[in-house]
Amino acid sequence: MAMAKQQKKKISKDQWTAIAFLVPSIILILVFVYGFIGWTGWVSLSNYNTIVPDFSFAGLKNYIYLFNDFRFQADLRNTLFFTIFFIGLVIVTGLVLSILIEQKLKGESIFRNIFLFPMALSFVVTGVVWQWLLNPSTGFNKFLSVFGIEPKWYTDTNILAGFQWGSIEFGVPVAIIAVVIAAVWQMTGFSLAMYLAGLRGIPDEMREAARMDGASEFQIYRKIVLPMLMPITMSVVIIMAHISLKIFDLVYAMTGSGANFVTDVPGVYMFETTFKGNYYANGAAIAIIMLLAVAVFIVPYLWSSRKGDA
Amino acid sequence: MKKLYGLFILFALMLVISACSDDSSGSGDSKDDSGESKDTGEVEIFSWWTGAGEEDGLLALIDLFEKEHDDIKVENAAVSGGAGTNAKAVLATRMQGNDPPSTFQVHGGDELNKSWVAADKMEPLNDLYGENDWMDKFPQDLIDMVSVDDEIYSVPVDIHRGNVMFYNKKVFEDNDIDIPKTFDEFFAAADKLQDAGIVPIALGDKEAWTATQIFENVLLGVLGPDDYIKLFDGEIDFDDERVVEAAEKFGKMLDYIDEDHASRNWQDSAQLVANGDAAMINMGDWAKGYFSNDLDLETNVDFGYFTMPETEDDFTIITDTFGLPKGIDNPDEVKEFLTFLGSTEAQDTFNPLKGSIPARVDADESEYDEYGTDAMEDFKNTRLVPSLAHGSAASEGFLTKADQAVNIFVTQKDVDNFISALQNAAPEM
Repeated sequence: MAMAKQQKKKISKDQWTAIAFLVPSIILILVFVYGFIGWTGWVSLSNYNTIVPDFSFAGLKNYIYLFNDFRFQADLRNTLFFTIFFIGLVIVTGLVLSILIEQKLKGESIFRNIFLFPMALSFVVTGVVWQWLLNPSTGFNKFLSVFGIEPKWYTDTNILAGFQWGSIEFGVPVAIIAVVIAAVWQMTGFSLAMYLAGLRGIPDEMREAARMDGASEFQIYRKIVLPMLMPITMSVVIIMAHISLKIFDLVYAMTGSGANFVTDVPGVYMFETTFKGNYYANGAAIAIIMLLAVAVFIVPYLWSSRKGDA
Repeated sequence: MKKLYGLFILFALMLVISACSDDSSGSGDSKDDSGESKDTGEVEIFSWWTGAGEEDGLLALIDLFEKEHDDIKVENAAVSGGAGTNAKAVLATRMQGNDPPSTFQVHGGDELNKSWVAADKMEPLNDLYGENDWMDKFPQDLIDMVSVDDEIYSVPVDIHRGNVMFYNKKVFEDNDIDIPKTFDEFFAAADKLQDAGIVPIALGDKEAWTATQIFENVLLGVLGPDDYIKLFDGEIDFDDERVVEAAEKFGKMLDYIDEDHASRNWQDSAQLVANGDAAMINMGDWAKGYFSNDLDLETNVDFGYFTMPETEDDFTIITDTFGLPKGIDNPDEVKEFLTFLGSTEAQDTFNPLKGSIPARVDADESEYDEYGTDAMEDFKNTRLVPSLAHGSAASEGFLTKADQAVNIFVTQKDVDNFISALQNAAPEM
């Protein structure tokens, strides 16, 4: 601390230049990111639910409305299960594939590129393609029907293990699984690449040492490799969480809101209620809730990485 | 090691961020790179006319106008996607930012009156109507739809009818079915078709308005045109027993729809009818253009049409209109363009291509096909009522909530819930 105080007094020429270069971007970010977040927060507390602007203070009215609303409750349920399945599957498939590719097989780079490729696509493209693939009357079902199975994919309105909660049936919406499949297909390449980099970072000597001590391959992975990949897993969780909590384009292109809102997500609701219904304040409230949901994941992460740097 | 890992995260983040931003610009798909468009000598026409027939119609209009007016250039600022939702989002941003297009597409009725007119963003056009003697060229019901307190705010260009049921002729003949006129006859016919293993009604409600459209036509059939209009004026409550009856009939119709309706849009469901997998579909008469232009079917040979049960004397109207926003630089030139849009010449150029009928009663019938002339005849002789599903009967706020209630109802079929959801939303009409 004492050191820091001393340094504060003397700012060298180099540092001044650095500050001068940073200031414009800091101002832009303050205005166009944080300023507008603040503005959105303000709108979410107003009565601006018509096309004619009305900024009179409404308190938490819009939030209370949303949490009592069937559609928003369904959105929260869908987002919860989408996030759980999506992150879980991306981690598991990414890890398994990266370990397989790590086994020094021939043509490793070909496999790596094949798995990475879907990431180059936009979610809109993925959405359109999977909308056809998982369409109950075309797509995979043409093949599956040979075996007598015809899942209804994203048109299924069933809720697994459902019970009445608020105004919705709470449980796992079957339809969201179709969306999860598409999202996992697209994002697995990302976690694969992350884990591959992580695996490369584990020195061979450690494995060798473990082998010398008589550890089986399985034990090596369990006791050495997986723990050393923890920071990677954390990063994957954070990045995937912020994608899944804010997901819009994939759902909008692939399924829309779905019957009985089984595939609706807050992003789609926000877009429709704001720009179709002119419920600006409700839309702003949804945006703020999404921001807070992402913050729950991001803030502890930033906090811990800040401590790590110090 | 740590540095490398940090770099990798940074790289990964960049990938993710660039992927995200790609999407947002890709899906907007806006063709306007305007900014300079408001200079004198240029008129910008904003619409969501990007589909096959309608885009041809729009381009033909622009060509014709530019030929007649050397000094005015027309810029086409169409935004595609989402049945107009994307365009409306762009429009809202521009209007709020005081950068209105010279003129923009808006459905006549509350989509115009309760939004842009209520927000005081539109200029009245009464003198334009006076100069051109339009007062008796458009039906009075239609002029009322684009007026607030005797001020007229837009020029109707085309008319579509919403209470039409299209059907597969062969399926009807094979199963020996007469065209149903009442609800009882309709349900009897639907039963017969279902017994024969054919889906009676095709519905594609990936976007909820298709189901809302069925509901509004059932409402119209049960209430009749006068009370239908009163309902949306707030003079009749949504818990009125006839509204409940309409909800029950709507629920009964939903027993006859195809299983995978949530995966289809309206074109997909129209194809079911074209292929004979389903017998009928309630759709605005843009479906006629889809049947004859896209699917190459012949009117009254391959497919036929009749009005929704008990709405024979009514015409659920969907009209695209163009108005004059406040705060544009060259209102005189835009007025010239609007005068052109209101002329028979323009309307008879545009509408045959789009598959709609002109909003004027004195248009040239020879330009239109069999369906068109039929519809033009009905347009003159039936009662015109505004459509809910297309934003004419009630505000867009109410419509958004009604669409949500309908979406839930299609799965749950809980009449009490449905009625109370509509009742709760009613103050926002």
